[in-house]
Formats: sequence, structure tokens, C-alpha cells
Amino acid sequence: MSLDLKNLTITSTKKALKEKEFSAVELAKEYLERIKKLDPILNAFVTVTEERALTEAKKADELLENGQDLPLLGIPFSMKDNFSTQGIRTTASAKVLDDYVAPYNATVVQKLIDAGVTLLGKTNMDAWAHGSSTETSDYGPSKNPWDTSRLPGGSSGGAAASVAACLATAAIGSETAGSVRGPASWCGIVGLKPTYGRVSRYGVIAMASSTDSPGPLTSSVEDAALILEILAGKDSMDATTATKPVEKYTHVLKTPRKMTIGIADDYFAGVDEETVKGVEAAIELLKKQGHTIKKIALFDPKYAIDVYTLLMRSEVSSNLARMDGIRFGNDRTFFAEEAKRRIMLGTYALSSGYYDAYYKKAQKVRTLIIEDFAKAYEAVDVIIGPTLPTTAMKVGDTTGNAMFGELMDVLTEPSSIAGLCGINMPVGFSKNKLPIGMQIIGKQFDEATILNLAYQYEQETHFAKEKPDLSKILSEVEV
Amino acid sequence: MKYTPVMGLEVHVELNTASKMFCGCDNNWFGAKPNTHTCPVCLGLPGALPVPNRKAIEGCIKIGMALNCEIPLLSKFDRKNYFYPDLAKGYQISQYDQPFAQKGYIMLESGKRIGITRAHMEEDTGKLTHATVNGEKVSLIDFNRSGSPLVEIVTDPDFESAEEVKEYLQKLQQLVRYIGVADGDMDKGGMRLEPNISLRAEGMTGLPDYKVEVKNINSFNFVVQAIAYEITRQTEILEKGEKPAQETRGWDEDKKMTISQRSKEEAADYRYFPEPDIPPFVWNEGILGRLKASLPELPDAKKERFLKEYALSDYNAEILTRTVAMADYFEEAVKVGKEHSVDATKIANTIINKKVNIDTILPAELIKDMRASVVEDTMNETDLEKIAEEVLAANEKSVADYKAGKTNAIMFLVGQTMRKVAGKAKADTVKAALESLLQSK
Repeated sequence: MSLDLKNLTITSTKKALKEKEFSAVELAKEYLERIKKLDPILNAFVTVTEERALTEAKKADELLENGQDLPLLGIPFSMKDNFSTQGIRTTASAKVLDDYVAPYNATVVQKLIDAGVTLLGKTNMDAWAHGSSTETSDYGPSKNPWDTSRLPGGSSGGAAASVAACLATAAIGSETAGSVRGPASWCGIVGLKPTYGRVSRYGVIAMASSTDSPGPLTSSVEDAALILEILAGKDSMDATTATKPVEKYTHVLKTPRKMTIGIADDYFAGVDEETVKGVEAAIELLKKQGHTIKKIALFDPKYAIDVYTLLMRSEVSSNLARMDGIRFGNDRTFFAEEAKRRIMLGTYALSSGYYDAYYKKAQKVRTLIIEDFAKAYEAVDVIIGPTLPTTAMKVGDTTGNAMFGELMDVLTEPSSIAGLCGINMPVGFSKNKLPIGMQIIGKQFDEATILNLAYQYEQETHFAKEKPDLSKILSEVEV
Repeated sequence: MKYTPVMGLEVHVELNTASKMFCGCDNNWFGAKPNTHTCPVCLGLPGALPVPNRKAIEGCIKIGMALNCEIPLLSKFDRKNYFYPDLAKGYQISQYDQPFAQKGYIMLESGKRIGITRAHMEEDTGKLTHATVNGEKVSLIDFNRSGSPLVEIVTDPDFESAEEVKEYLQKLQQLVRYIGVADGDMDKGGMRLEPNISLRAEGMTGLPDYKVEVKNINSFNFVVQAIAYEITRQTEILEKGEKPAQETRGWDEDKKMTISQRSKEEAADYRYFPEPDIPPFVWNEGILGRLKASLPELPDAKKERFLKEYALSDYNAEILTRTVAMADYFEEAVKVGKEHSVDATKIANTIINKKVNIDTILPAELIKDMRASVVEDTMNETDLEKIAEEVLAANEKSVADYKAGKTNAIMFLVGQTMRKVAGKAKADTVKAALESLLQSK
């Protein structure tokens, strides 16, 4: 490998391109070669857009030659396959959309194109984002680059795996409840879930319309901040985006602030020992950095499971109704088991005679959860806890468990349904050398605060920069 | 046994906004090639999102205000979930329990009050056509109409006769045209009606325990015919001691009868829930006040004012306020007429009786013509005879035609003489003078 992809972040890549250490085309070629060798094992990609990537990289080099620049010029990205990409197959890892080529770009995609990215391909996910493992993909599970007998998490599993395995410099995923933070945790990278309404959902194949949040998966906090700067903002094509001004998130990183960090015991219950230890060690470090740790009382996160399950599956049952095979795609006989389960439960929860007891009740509890967090934030700036209750599970472990997704995401569901922002930071490794993740949860539209704290933590640890050693697989492929 | 009809009406009005309800597609698609006014949003493509059309919502609220409705300060959209090939998303964005307008009324000429239950916004579906293509029976879907804004207006079951229903429909059509938010053209589908019809036995109170909905009616006359047919049909069933089925029937305009379409025993479960892609609306008195102020003078108020201000007959006031264009024309003409002592009643009669084309004759021109024709005999007989002689001498052919039996030829001579006379003699006097001269020749 001529280029050291392992240490590349957006920031360092931009510098290298400017200083002509390598060209955008060389960089793209390096990634594409690596994808060719590793992806048959990792299955992180559904579609690799080689020709387009090289065309975009060539354009980037021309602009760089002329001394021009764009915020993400020549940076190789991967996109979760639920983002509509014009002229490129967009499947949401579901066979219903096996041959669907989106005729338009999602707003997020257009913003990245305008910022000059090189799109390497679309990444694998739980079909329709229905899961926390990528095991329910209609195209087979993706593998965790740290241990290819294990899962990368989900539903943005392919995206997270692509960054961890250096198959892209950065990736875009989406979170409905845990689908960015979760795979970031299992893959040992930074995963940012912005506040609901901070980033446009236009063009993102909808799962739960009231919680879906597109977000970046990166190797550094600064990279996540930079991408958020570019993606955030009011979109005239999405009525749920906020008019709140977009801050210069990269600038706010430079001024470290001392914070009051809330810890809720219920968020550590049922979490495996190593994960608890890893997060506690991180909290110790933050204490040493001068932040105040405060015990807070929050609702037991288990209450959010029912709320989230009912609301999300209700919205799913409605959002998937358009996939009837008439105007595009395959018909409903192509839906797999998990999608059918969710559609059925959602339809049931909305039906007459049941609506009040399920959907309406769930919305009421949702309000209580929102108020619970609001009260907590009167006393603290951020809330910290483990992202997932375990480290990466083995391929096959999730099958036979009909509620796996919602149970695994218990620690991220409360903040998701309250529309808050959260970021996963890798805090170390288990005995099996599996990444452990901690989440920093902030108030609505307070991404600046959680990024600021994450950045401070990162300065002394840089766990996200550690990448798995895939040389064994590579050498096997070469032979 | 005597039965009284108990009827309610559901009317869908297509708004004439420039773009569709939830996307920027051109809403002027009538007559366009299929699927040429579409986009990811109104095609229900994966990832597309609805963004509400402000003008359309204002139009709905204005219609509600014109119908004396309450405008709740809090309103929202809901999803109505069901499958049909012309419903792109598999759900229709509509309003369930918090419509933009509710609890209004409209007065009929008889003084009877018809309650308006609600007026709400929703999006239209695509259009299905059944055809044979290459020998195969297919259904073709045109999504040009998908996503167009519709206002649904529902009345309380206050109608007791077909005539009342027809009057209501005419008044409603006039209202939406007055406000300028819709064309309401029934033959273009701009206004669609569905009456609910049931019969109440004499002596019974409350609503009958069944109702029949009739669809596929696209003219006011068909509504009257369909209601008449239904009343007869339902009466026959009730006289037998049976109850008419609760169902939807379609009007067959060729056979002039209603035909059963499907049973409405169980209302479909639409699994309504609040539309998560569109935040709810919170109005305030300022916003509503501005909308109210932007309403034009409505037909009933304008007619009342015309009766008072211009001392018109009820009949004349009715005709002159039928459309905003006609009413404005009349008032312009009255303004001009005031300067020349031409009074309002004469103007009204002229416009109505002479069927003046208000699109081609300006109000000022009308007054000019009226002044030219309302003339007194100020010229003396001798001078008139002299001019008449001149005209006859200059138009030998017309004289010859008249003498040969073409009595109409005199009209040309009258015209020529009227020109020369320049307002100093009435047309009848001129004609008489010419006739007597021609007789004596």
C-alpha cells in the first residue's frame, strides 16, 4: 500500500492534496483497489461507483491545479444506501429496490457533491434500516473489520465498517435510534447523530419520519464537525428542518469549555462489565481534565423501548406503503421477514380500537421523556453513558430474536425519540480487541457542546485513529 | 307513510394555485400529456417529502371564512392510509380531527340555514384510465393530478330537497369564484359532489339509521336527477318495511339510475395519525385578521348593498352580482353614468335586457351608446323631412329595395338619417318620417 490510508482524516487529506503528496485520483484509486480486495470479505458496499469516483477525482485534481478549493474537495466518501443518489442504484439494502436507480439526489448528497467529494459507493445496511446489526440486509451482513466473524452494528453497519477498514475517509449514515452511534461504537470510530431537524431528510428513504437523522461517521471529531457544518441547515424540501442558524462547528472545537457531565445509573444497568469499565475510565479522564461529574436521575431507558417500537413501527408501516412495485422497484412479495414483522406491528398499533392504547399512549410517554431530559439539562451540560450494552456480537447471534434491534438500542432510544443530539466516541478495547464506545448526549441543537467535549477527550486518546490490522486478509487475497 | 329526505353534501373543490399542494409542480395540468407534471414528491418516490403550499392553505381558510366557519388556532395534517394504484404514497395527506375550518353555515334564499360541518385541505390522487394496449386490458395511471390541492367541504345533513341542494351548489361555486381560489368547473372536475341521502319517516326525530352515498355526479342537473331517483328507490324499500342498505352507489347518467358499488357497512380503517413530515400550524389573530381582510365583498353582501345603494329590483341585483366581473362592470358604468345623468336602473336594465357583452364593451362606451340612443325630438318636422329627403336621394338602391318589398331596407336608411340627425330626433320618429316619404314616392 503506497498511501498510508490508516492515518488519513479529512483534515490531513486536504493538507496532503494541497501539498501534492498525492493526487485525488491516486487517492481514489488506492481506496478502490482496497475495496476490491477487502469488500468480498467485509461486504460493506452494495454498489461501488468506480467510474464515477475516478471522474469526480479527476475533476477535483483539475480544480486543485487551478488553485481552487472546496470544503471536501477530492475526499473519498461512502454513503449509506438509503440516501437517494441520482443515476446510482439506491436499494436501502432491500430486494424490493434491487434495481431502483434514484432520479434525484438527496439534499445531503447534493451538498456533498457541491463540496467536491469523491463518491466511492453506497454502503450496506439493515434492509430499510430495520435493525442494529446489518444482519437483516437482503444482501448479507457486513463484517466488523476488527473481527470478521462479528457484526459491525447497524443499521449504518456498512458505512461504519468502510471507515474502520479504511475503505473511505468518511461516511454518511442515518440514525433513527442508534443506527449511527451504535455501529460507530462496535467499529471504534466517531459517529455523530445530529438533532432531529438539524440535517435535511429529503431524499433519505424514510424509516421513522419523526426521528430519522442523517449523520457522519469519521475517524476524528474535527471531521464530524466539518461535515456537520456543510450538511446542517434549513432545507426548503424538508418542512421539519429547523431555521436555527448553523454554527461554525469546527471553530467551536478550538475553545475547550469546562462542563458539567450528567451520569445516570440506569444507563449502566445491564451493560457488560468491560464496556462499563471502558466508559468509567473515560469519565475518569474527563474528571482529570477538569469537568464536573454529577449523578442525575433519568427515566429508566427501558421505558423508551416500547415507545420507540410502537412509534417507529407505526411510521414504518405507513412509509413503506409506497413500495408497491407499480411506479418503481419490485412488488411486496420481495419484502423479507423483518420488514414484514415491523409493517404488521405498526399497522396493528395504528388500527381503530388499538390506536389510543398504543400509538397515542406512546406519543404521550414520548412527551414525558422529552420533559425528563429537559429537566436534567437544567443541571448538566451533557449526559454520558455507554452507547451499546455489549461489544460487537457474532454473525448469526441476532437471528431468532424478533426484537433484537429495539432491545440492543435501549441506551440510544430515549435520546432519539426526544430528538436530541449524540456522539459516539471510542474509549478503548475489550480483551478481544473489540472497540468500546461511549456516547455524549446533548440538548437539541447543542451539537457545539458535545463536539467540544468529544474533541477534548480525543486530544488525549485518539482511539478513533486506531484501525484494525487487515494485512492477514489482504495477503490471503493477494495469494 | 310520508318520508322527508335527510341529505348532506360532500364537495371537493380543486384550487387554482400555481403549484401543487406539497410540491412545486405546475398545477395547471388540464389537457397536458400524462405524467409531465410530476416530481419525486407527487410520484411518491422513496425519500421524497411533502412541503405544504401556503397559498392553498390560505385559500382553504378563506373558503371557511366565507362560509362563516370557526378557524381553530391549532391545525394539522394527518395521514389517511389505504392502497389504490392512483395513490402514490399509499396514503393521502389529509386532515382528520383538526381541520382548518369548522362549524360554519350558509343561508339559502328561503332563509333556511345549511350547517357547514367543516372545510379541510387534502391532496388529489392520480387518474386511472382503463384501456386496451396491444390487445391487453390494462389500467393506465396519470399522476399529473397527484398532489393537486383540494378543499373538501362537508355540510350537516340539513338538506330536505334536491332544489335546496342545487341552490347550495350554485352558491358554493359562486363563492369560490368570487374569492378567486378556484374555477369550480364541474365538467373539468374542478368541483366534485357526493350527496348522502336517507329518508326519515314522518313522526320520527333524529337521523335515520342508514345513509346512501352517491358518487360520479358531474353536473348540477344530474344531482337533482340522482336525488329524485334515490328518494323514489329508498321510499319503495321503506314502504316494504325494509331498510335501504348502507352503501355507496354510482350515478349512471345514461341509464338515469344509481347502481350499487360497494357496501359501506364497515367504514374502512384508514389508521389516521398525525403527519410527521409536516409540523402543525399555529395561527394567531393577526394572521387570521389579515386573511379575513383580504376576502372580497361576498355575493350576499354585495347583493344587499346593490339593493340599497342602487335601488335595484331583486331580480336585477341577483343577476348583476352573479360574478365579480359583472358586478364591477355595473358599478363602473354607474360611476360614469353619474357624470352624464344616466341612472343606475336604466343601466341595469340595459345591461341585462340588451345582453351587453361586458368583455368587449367598456363601461364608458356603454354609457356613450346609451346616451346616443336615449334621445328626444328637438328637431322640427320640416328640418327632419329635409334631411330624410337628402338620405333617400343619396341611397337610390335602398329605396328601390324597399319599394320592391324588402321592407327591412328601411333600417339602413334610418341609420343613415340618425347619423345626420345627431341626437336631435328619436329613431322611431325618423323611421316614421322616412316611411311616410317613401309611401308618397
